[in-house]
Amino acid sequence: MAAAEAGSAAGAGDKPGRVRRLVTPEGVDLRLVLGDAGERAAAFLLDAGIIVGCLVAATIVILIAALIFHGPTQELLGILWLLIFFGLRNAYFVAFELRAGAATPGKRALGLRVASRDGRPLTADAVFARNAMREIEVYLPLTFLVTKGRGVDAWIVLAGIVWCGVFALFPLFNRDRLRVGDLVAGTWVVRSPRRRLLPDLAGDAAAGGGRFAFTSAQIDAYGVKELQVLEDVIRRNSSAMIIEVAMRIRRKIGWAAGPSESDRDFLGAYYTALRGRLERRLLFGHRRRDKFDT
Amino acid sequence: MAVPTLQSQRFRQEREADWAMLDTRLRRIERDGAAVLDDQQLLSIPVLYRAALSSLSVARATSLDHELIDYLESLCARAYFFVYGTRSTFFQRAGRFFVRDWPRAARALWRETALAGLLMALGALVAYALVRQDPDWFYAFIPSQIGDGRDPSATTEFLRSTLYEAKPQGLPFFATFLFTHNAQIALVAFALGFAFCIPSAFLMIYNGCMVGAMFALFVPHGLGFQLGGWLFIHGTTELFAAGLAGAAGMRIGWAVAFPGDKSRMDAVGEAGRDGATVMFGVVIMLFTAGLLEGLGRQMIRADGVRYFIALAMALAWAGYFYWPRRLANGRR
Repeated sequence: MAAAEAGSAAGAGDKPGRVRRLVTPEGVDLRLVLGDAGERAAAFLLDAGIIVGCLVAATIVILIAALIFHGPTQELLGILWLLIFFGLRNAYFVAFELRAGAATPGKRALGLRVASRDGRPLTADAVFARNAMREIEVYLPLTFLVTKGRGVDAWIVLAGIVWCGVFALFPLFNRDRLRVGDLVAGTWVVRSPRRRLLPDLAGDAAAGGGRFAFTSAQIDAYGVKELQVLEDVIRRNSSAMIIEVAMRIRRKIGWAAGPSESDRDFLGAYYTALRGRLERRLLFGHRRRDKFDT
Repeated sequence: MAVPTLQSQRFRQEREADWAMLDTRLRRIERDGAAVLDDQQLLSIPVLYRAALSSLSVARATSLDHELIDYLESLCARAYFFVYGTRSTFFQRAGRFFVRDWPRAARALWRETALAGLLMALGALVAYALVRQDPDWFYAFIPSQIGDGRDPSATTEFLRSTLYEAKPQGLPFFATFLFTHNAQIALVAFALGFAFCIPSAFLMIYNGCMVGAMFALFVPHGLGFQLGGWLFIHGTTELFAAGLAGAAGMRIGWAVAFPGDKSRMDAVGEAGRDGATVMFGVVIMLFTAGLLEGLGRQMIRADGVRYFIALAMALAWAGYFYWPRRLANGRR
């Protein structure tokens, strides 16, 4: 219970409001993080770029081939072009999202994937449904833009813009960032980044153990929240920030810097000591949330 | 080798290799599909997944290494999606679709399909009556590029020629064009249903109007029966498909407006997934219709044969969807 609480507190810090429960059959909450609107839009633009690029390339190749060959081959080329166009427009998203990764190249590049909202397997009909809806979300507004409402009353143009806007901006107006397709298919898009495990920041017992001997009171100055901020600072490794943070910690715990003591080493040693202390208290059932928690 | 100071460090060092192995295998699967792993590697994934999951639980309870917990969460989520995902082959999936899913989903839409059919019939009747009364109505229903010279000013001879003269070449191209065009329209009809059924219903009526207007043009020239053969050889398949697309769209719109016992989200999701199954079938039907229209109609000139094909196709589709049958294994 305490772990779950603390877990959600830690997660909520850097991605507020985007964490969703997913309890596996083994009873562990995986705390999925939803993709935000910017990531979704970027993934879509990437995919759209790939589609348009392929289409242009195919058209050029087919046009060149049509200049070389004559007669019945030309008709075959025409058919080929129609099928490529149809396939790219309708099958591109479906084919990629049906694979094990459940992501188009664009989504994959941004570390996103499609998942079923109820935690069950993503089915083919759901993938098909969410992408069939692109018809009214993307292609209808596009067609509308291209025709520019020629020969139509301004009122109708306005109604069309509102209509298109409702669908295009739909994800911005709900908590789960669902587009109409997600709504209809019962899916959502979650972050599923492929990442390497970065090295542990806690130092070796041998290294610097003698030089940095903190007293118990000095270590007790901070809680879990500060520990995580410190972890973040060390990982970002920006020298200005490290100097600033090291200075503050030294002042807080009353630590006099030695002559050849680097700020980076000091923070590393303090991080290790603080984490060791807090983890030991954790084992005894007490999670010290922050420095105000006693 | 570094000597770990903390217990959580030791915990991590002991298990890191297993996590990395799981990560590598998942990467390969996500990129190339599950087939790239051999049996032993594949069987190891659920085991590694459960080990990682238990590590995550322990880490949440005992470790304050935020990086570690984040990493394990994303690793476990990726493994979860694979372990509890669908893992049927393409052929299994296709077989189940044709034997079970498609007819079931289409049958479940029978009310909406009947309504779509009624709307089309209504459109046809109204358009027929209007055009017979005042031929100028024809232009309202049939855009000139589709009419292609077939309008109230055309002669009987010309109209007859449109029914029987084949285009000299380009038949396969024509068939492909018809297929892609119609499939796109059907997808729009489906997607539009989301807006409370209204656009889908409107499209159904308009579809009927075009048929009615064509008949109103040909019947006065004594070509009604012949037009029927020309239209229905592919029309039974195509209109059936259009009706199903509209029906699937209307089901979604209906679920949006009146979700019934379920929550609105659940009702819409269910309607959408069932509708998508039907829509995949509709694309197949329209492919058939495109072949019949582009090739069959251009090569078969006899009215009787055209009507025979029309009837046979209609019966075949209706039998496939609605013939009562026992479902295998009693599964829904």
